[in-house]
Amino acid sequence: MSDAMNSNAIIKVKDLNLYYGDFQALKNIDTTIEKNKVSALIGPSGCGKSTFLRTLNRMNDLISGVTTKGEVSFEGREIYDEDLDVVALRRKIGMVFQKPNPFPKSIYENVAYGPRRSGVKNKKDLDQIVEESLKEAALWEEVKDRLNKSALGLSGGQQQRLCIARALAMKPQVLLMDEPTSALDPLATNRIEELITQLKKNYTIVIVTHSMHQAARISDRTSFFLMGEIIEQGETNKMFTTPSDQRTEDYVTGRFG
Amino acid sequence: MDKSMDVGLREMKLDKGKKTREKLMFGIFTLCMSAVVIPTLLIIGFIVVKGISTVNWSFLTEMPRMGMKEGGIFPAIVGTLYLVLGTIIFSMPLGVGAAIYLTEYAKQGRLTRLIRIAVLNLAGVPSVVYGLFGLGLFVFFLGFGSSILAGSLTLACLILPIIITTSEEAIKSVPDSYREASLALGASKWETIARVVLPQAIPGIMTGSVLGIGRAAGETAPILLTVAAFFIPRLPGSVFDQAMALPYHLYIVSTQVPGMPESIKYGTALVLLGVVGVFFTFATIIRLKFKKMSQMK
Repeated sequence: MSDAMNSNAIIKVKDLNLYYGDFQALKNIDTTIEKNKVSALIGPSGCGKSTFLRTLNRMNDLISGVTTKGEVSFEGREIYDEDLDVVALRRKIGMVFQKPNPFPKSIYENVAYGPRRSGVKNKKDLDQIVEESLKEAALWEEVKDRLNKSALGLSGGQQQRLCIARALAMKPQVLLMDEPTSALDPLATNRIEELITQLKKNYTIVIVTHSMHQAARISDRTSFFLMGEIIEQGETNKMFTTPSDQRTEDYVTGRFG
Repeated sequence: MDKSMDVGLREMKLDKGKKTREKLMFGIFTLCMSAVVIPTLLIIGFIVVKGISTVNWSFLTEMPRMGMKEGGIFPAIVGTLYLVLGTIIFSMPLGVGAAIYLTEYAKQGRLTRLIRIAVLNLAGVPSVVYGLFGLGLFVFFLGFGSSILAGSLTLACLILPIIITTSEEAIKSVPDSYREASLALGASKWETIARVVLPQAIPGIMTGSVLGIGRAAGETAPILLTVAAFFIPRLPGSVFDQAMALPYHLYIVSTQVPGMPESIKYGTALVLLGVVGVFFTFATIIRLKFKKMSQMK
């Protein structure tokens, strides 16, 4: 079964171990992320799922005292190679954070931020990228008349969609989402979930979520993390209906976590 | 149910002693506040009342005459403006740069702790010691002579600690989530600092810098040793010239010239206050503008 899947893999992880100083946060992680699928990472707090997500665009580099061992390859390229340009990697693998974190700039400038950094200067090109990205993030209709107003005036859900638009403006191949709805109300959550389902046509999405329901609703594949290990992974349907590991069953049925 | 309500009602009864204590504390704090505000207002009021009649256009724009007992204080104003400008040019880039290094680049550890302690201690060094240092380094060793350049550099050293510590605080107060968002979008570290961190930190940096520059404008001891002239009948022509300066001029007219009319002393003091006030207002406007930009709705 794995061969057929691997042909579609965009990220492959092999024997990944990660340490915060002496503490081992990830143990022998082996997994693949498939193209144009939504992969959910679930598990209780502190199980390593966010840490794992952040290894995929090397955001853990920012934390001092982190050691990463093992192989993580993105489209066949080993991303922990010394000669890899992290900046270029992060342009291909975008990220959306737990708390909406738009810059204290205008809506327009938020979306244009990434493209500007990668050298897009032409106003027309920028206008087009901003419009496309906002449309893709299902925010255009709500903000098209106030693009020059501060992003901080938007509601929480709108801010999060703006952060998604901001990430999409870089035309990434993969979108990492770290509990993107945990700070939002149910309605806003619903809109983001719909959006994710739309986005997987063009993007590969990896989402960390605390909500098993969310994982069940939107993901194609699920990995269950516990104490830094992947206990079980596979098709979401199977994981939630007939898990093969007792601990997975306990978690998805809400017996702990 | 009834019983618990009784207890609740009893607890709600006004406790007179407690209320008096509250009032007493409120009074004490009001007193503290007044003790701070009233002297400030008195000083400013006193100088304004005594000096306002002297300050007019000719006082501001004319050269001193008759052994400084008549005429204006134009060269001292110009000298102070040059010195403040020079101080800003030398201290701001250095101070803000050092703060960026300490907060964003340096590995936090024993070395950065040591640097921070050193910076804090520098802030406590008496200004006359800075004057002596400037005299030794800039005036003699580097051969700038007693000049605007030497004076500005000395004043810059004096206020560097203030600028560094306040800039550091301002930079540290920018939430990490902004840095993460920027880096995750493929911005480099420097782009992140220049485009996201610094614009957010500018109000704080300005506040600290104004405090520092205000202090530099009013210092007497450092300029006494490095730049200030008793009296020069012309304006400075280059940065290697000596200059008159308001604080030193105030010292001279108050103590060194017998028979100096009161009005000139208070007029000079008022102008010095005014110059510092103008800088303060200017910086406040910049600060508010940036604050508005970052918080606009």
